[in-house]
Amino acid sequence: MADAQADVRAKSPLNPANFLRRYAALSAIVVLLAFNFAVTPNFATWQTLNVNLTQVATIVIVSVGMTLVIATGGIDLSVGSLMAISGALAPLIFLSPFGRAHLAVGNLLAFVVPVAVAGLLGLFNGWFITRFRVQPIVATLVLFIAGRGIGQVITNGNLQTFKNPSFQFIGLGRVFGVPCQVLVMLALVAAAAWILRRTLFGRQVLAVGGNEKAARLAGVPVAPVKRLVYAISGLCAGVAGLVVVSINSSSDANLVGLGMELDAIAAVAVGGTPFTGGRATVVGSLLGALLIQLLRYTLLANGVPDAAALVVKGGIIAGAVWSQQRSMPS
Amino acid sequence: MPMSTPLLAMRNIDKRFMGAHALAAATLEVEPAEVMGLVGQNGAGKSTLIKVLTGAHRKDSGEIVFAGETVEFASPLAAQHGGISTIYQEINLIPFRSVAENIFLGREFRRYGLLDWRRMNRDAAELLRRFAVEIDVRRPLMEFSTAIQQMVAIARAVSFKARLVIMDEPTSSLDEREVAVLFDVIRQLRAEGVSVIFITHRLDELYQICDRVTVMRDGRTVMTSRMADVDKLHLIAAMLGRDLEAVRERATGFQGTSAAAGGEVLAAEGLAVGRKVRDARIEVRAGQIVGLAGLLGSGRTEVARAIFGADPPDAGAIRLMGKAAAPTEPVDAIALGVGFCSEDRKVEGIVPDMSVRENITLALLPRLTRFGVVDEARQRAIVDRFIARLAIKTADIEQKVRELSGGNQQKVLLARWLCTDPKLLILDEPTRGIDVGAKVEIQSLIKELADQGLGVLMISSELEEIVEGADRVFVLSDGRTVADLPHAKSTAPAIMAAMAHDLGAISADGSDHG
Repeated sequence: MADAQADVRAKSPLNPANFLRRYAALSAIVVLLAFNFAVTPNFATWQTLNVNLTQVATIVIVSVGMTLVIATGGIDLSVGSLMAISGALAPLIFLSPFGRAHLAVGNLLAFVVPVAVAGLLGLFNGWFITRFRVQPIVATLVLFIAGRGIGQVITNGNLQTFKNPSFQFIGLGRVFGVPCQVLVMLALVAAAAWILRRTLFGRQVLAVGGNEKAARLAGVPVAPVKRLVYAISGLCAGVAGLVVVSINSSSDANLVGLGMELDAIAAVAVGGTPFTGGRATVVGSLLGALLIQLLRYTLLANGVPDAAALVVKGGIIAGAVWSQQRSMPS
Repeated sequence: MPMSTPLLAMRNIDKRFMGAHALAAATLEVEPAEVMGLVGQNGAGKSTLIKVLTGAHRKDSGEIVFAGETVEFASPLAAQHGGISTIYQEINLIPFRSVAENIFLGREFRRYGLLDWRRMNRDAAELLRRFAVEIDVRRPLMEFSTAIQQMVAIARAVSFKARLVIMDEPTSSLDEREVAVLFDVIRQLRAEGVSVIFITHRLDELYQICDRVTVMRDGRTVMTSRMADVDKLHLIAAMLGRDLEAVRERATGFQGTSAAAGGEVLAAEGLAVGRKVRDARIEVRAGQIVGLAGLLGSGRTEVARAIFGADPPDAGAIRLMGKAAAPTEPVDAIALGVGFCSEDRKVEGIVPDMSVRENITLALLPRLTRFGVVDEARQRAIVDRFIARLAIKTADIEQKVRELSGGNQQKVLLARWLCTDPKLLILDEPTRGIDVGAKVEIQSLIKELADQGLGVLMISSELEEIVEGADRVFVLSDGRTVADLPHAKSTAPAIMAAMAHDLGAISADGSDHG
């Protein structure tokens, strides 16, 4: 049959144009790296690498959860606010009389409780969306607005400063010279990529995003899958919140995770995950975040002001969308 | 009909997609005020030819003459302004906007810079009245039936002063009464001098409405004939490219007698769902193909969905595998050994961006995992087995399912259920929109499965499929089971009479109904 032949041909080896489109973010990173090695002073140092990776880690951690959410055809605007809540809770716990009296237990709880709370709030997002069939952008807007308020209420709007090296290891510590949050980031990316590729849950996420009605008729538990995805997004945001307050040695519910939802969404978009759902690449989101970070660094290191860098960032997103559209079948 | 200069002449059209010929010297001529049927298997090149005509695709070579001028439209919109309007299978209008808005979309009347609603509503109503459609044109389009929506699409086409209207399978979602109305509209168009290209899979319709027919196969035009000069068998032979004897032997894939029926797999009594199903009764035994017949809107699909737990019933009792069951989600029914292929393959069947492998194992996957991790080796083995068993044509198992032809997509969906080893399979229009070859294959597969002990509940709009395929036929009318016919008595006249809810006619036909 004619169409069968055409299909075979479509699968044939990549031509350069297809390759560029498919690996657009990776190619751009390579080009930028080459440019920096040639032009930017002191680029080829461990310090530069660590600075960049440290700055990008929280965005990547959040965008791991965001990628899963977007894979179901949804979106999660509440991640920045959940970071603020998680970041506000941790110091409250280890600075409390109980936390001071039992350092180890206090620190453990300061990790577990904030992340769990963020996860539960994510679960609330999912419940809201599935129970009342609210559009995700509206449902998560609730916590986007209220979440930061909650964070300020539980801290009375105070800035909490602290010095707690064992807790702050997650933001300041190093393992074999690699910043701890970079390892957390890589672990989460690897785990999510594996889940999407190899597990029942991953397949169900993509099926729900690819065709929700068909998924339901094939026995996929659509609502539980969605709820879990938003819960995971909340957990990721919770971890990211801990990283941010650790780096800052302070927690300000007003500022932690501010604008993070958009950075994460941008990373997912640049990484090549379509917003219609059904397809997702966590590694792509990692590359997307790296690309945005590297570009910003390149501009700043070469004396271009941050304001201009923002414009370029917008340009990249537009470019990513363009390359996705081009690669869509007609 | 005067064979003067044709309104449309497409000659020697060539079109390649990535080297493969989609069209090879294809030809299509339409006279003024003529209804031209266009038929062929899926992949024969009908849609490509139409897309080349309307500017959705560029031709590689060949000539298109429309109304005496050589044309090459840049886009479907340009074709529309040039006098060629297309009405697609899936109506592409805006459901939330009013009927009048949809008709005048893109060229609204203005008055003092504002939209002239009064004039638009009046003109829209007038336009529809020509086709004997009397509706409130200020209501949103989505409030009306598919048939009405199609009339609106046609009215829109006509209001563009179209000289040629292309209808791509317009009847696939209409019931018989609506089809009759559509045909009146087509005759009306012809009387006004408009030509129509009518694409369909239903041969009966060609004889009812078309003046001539063009048959395509493998990108070529293989036959053009007046309807009066060709019989069905020759038409099928031309589409398939087989000789007549072969066609006659295999009218449908349902051949031979069936084995004895086994134990009960489904019994439903007094089912009621929403407004569409009031009192449905149905029974399926192992090894049996049970046909569920009825006009569109008689509640066939709703009954099937209720049994499967997709839309749980408001009242009634369901027994699955001999035990009382009340599935509230498909997953409940699946656990009991039920499978369900929806009538709408694209919307409710395939997950288009997933591979053939992932689509086949979607329902089975929970059983293919250990601690939530998919057993890739077992998955691979099962997929390979079912691709071979159903002869699914795919480049490899990682090919995206949306790239397959309709028939192969349907086989993938059948494989999705068969690999779960079901005891009852509900098939809603299993062969709709599928080319003749694949249709026969799927029919014989269903038969084979039933012989091996599977209970099948088959919904079909095609009478011959029900008559030849089913061991027992339930007929629904207006949400009620109005007839329960054993194979011997399920003749076409008996089923049609039951559909019309005219039980007297059945006895008059000689078959004594209970």
